[in-house]
Amino acid sequence: MLINTRSKEFAIESILLAVSALAVVILILISIFLFREGAALFKDIPFLDFLTGKNWHPTSVPPVFGLLPLLLGTLLVTAGAIVIAVPLGIASAVFISEIAPPNVAEILKPIVEILAGVPSVVYGFFGLVVLIPRLQQLLDLPTGQTALAGSIMLGIMALPTIISISEDAISSVPDFLKEGSLALGATRWQTIYRVTVPAALSGISAAVMLGMGRAIGETMTVMMVTGNAAVIPGFPGGIFAPVKTMTATIALEMGEVPQGSEHYHALFAIGAVLFVITLLINLIAEAVKRKYRFKVGS
Amino acid sequence: MFSPKVSEKIAFAFLTVAILIVVGFVLTILSYIVTNGIGAISIDFLIQGPKNRMTEGGIFPAIVGTVFLIIGSMAVALPFGILAAIYLNEYAEEGRIVWIIQMAISNLAGTPSVVFGLFGLAMFVKYMGFGASILAASLTLALVVLPVIIRASEEAMATVPSGLREASLALGVTRWQTVRKIVLPIALPGMVTGAILSVGRVAGETAPILLTGAAYFLPRLPDSVSDQFMALPYHLFVLATSGTNIATTRPIQYGTALVLLMIVLGVNFVAVMIRRHYKNKMRW
Repeated sequence: MLINTRSKEFAIESILLAVSALAVVILILISIFLFREGAALFKDIPFLDFLTGKNWHPTSVPPVFGLLPLLLGTLLVTAGAIVIAVPLGIASAVFISEIAPPNVAEILKPIVEILAGVPSVVYGFFGLVVLIPRLQQLLDLPTGQTALAGSIMLGIMALPTIISISEDAISSVPDFLKEGSLALGATRWQTIYRVTVPAALSGISAAVMLGMGRAIGETMTVMMVTGNAAVIPGFPGGIFAPVKTMTATIALEMGEVPQGSEHYHALFAIGAVLFVITLLINLIAEAVKRKYRFKVGS
Repeated sequence: MFSPKVSEKIAFAFLTVAILIVVGFVLTILSYIVTNGIGAISIDFLIQGPKNRMTEGGIFPAIVGTVFLIIGSMAVALPFGILAAIYLNEYAEEGRIVWIIQMAISNLAGTPSVVFGLFGLAMFVKYMGFGASILAASLTLALVVLPVIIRASEEAMATVPSGLREASLALGVTRWQTVRKIVLPIALPGMVTGAILSVGRVAGETAPILLTGAAYFLPRLPDSVSDQFMALPYHLFVLATSGTNIATTRPIQYGTALVLLMIVLGVNFVAVMIRRHYKNKMRW
């Protein structure tokens, strides 16, 4: 009976472990399938030509598959989103955790959570019908479908990630640090920017990284508002011109390509690059969180 | 420079402006969709199919498709996600294997949904031969929400006081029985909250289903899991970007956006209410 119970417990634990390990298996399978389907492109085109190619003309004869315009499009839109979301996000997080009275904070938090719940296609739709015409009119542009429109929408979408993770980090700073600072005669603001925020910096950095990851990987919104022109964006003028991101290219073009064609494999190659980029961002965010985790009083 | 008191006032003013801008975003987006969409919604809009090349009629098939996707992906992701969370929270001890699993889960959570779409296309549609179908899309969406469910369930179980587990184990009860009779019942509301939140995620995801089986338009409802399907988010995308007459179907687009938004936010609201209810009920 005892042995029976033990072996049953052991069997259960093994099954549970196997199910958990599925996460690792899935990640490995994603890598295998993405790299296998993507690598087929490099039979015909050298990898370096793909990575540094300045033109993306997948349907011309012969087709040209250069990643650079798409990669730079993604980076430009993401950089713009970060410029918008980081100051707003961190300031809001500080407000919620340090300044707002508790009952106000309890109202603000779910409002911010709403931003996280809105589906990306609804953001895209809003950008398309509300933001783009106004942007065009306001800045007197030939089209409102620009990198800027993408940055604004992605900035809004990255806000809940940045706010909620920063807010966690800020509120986990031990009270005695703040009280020490206040007791020395520092104002609340001096305490916030000299003591609290620096102490929470690792969590805030992780928040920014994860917000960036969300922006880089976002598909539907950018596809609906950035105009999708695969040209290398100029700087700084390119922010007011249409761009095409890596994610939008995959989603837009996959429907039209014959399976197994060069173009099909090129889209998988883009996906593989995207996967590697977001993987690196996640790993860095994890490392930052772990390495500089605030250790006081434990 | 300003005195500390004055600079504090200025800084707090800036912070207040920041949060007002954020709240302003929320209100602007919601009010646009609600005020423009509410007029398009009627019973007919909800229970009829699109008519006249999608320039008239309703969104019933898209609602049905989205419901199928929710059921299909949850049927897969919930059991796997909960079992994985049980292992990670109740059995695992700190070590290399657990660290690798945890890293894999956070990386899955950070993987863009379009990458999941590509994987679903290569693995489920092509390699396993499911074709562009409800089945392939549901499995793909299950992978997208798996990390969400694992994390939420883990968090819920972590709130169960360890004293209860220890008391149970001290009585000679096995670990699995302790999990089943002590931990799970207490953690259940939290786990339900996580599950509901992931329903909202499934309903709104577009990129993964775009690559694995969502259809532009279908004249009839799907009758098996290997059929293609219409879905709310993809329907909105199609109407707004490549419909027959984008300008005149604006009301239908707003209506679709509002229905989608109501499903997702409604579901989130229910989850928050459940969490509140049990938070107040259970204090240790």
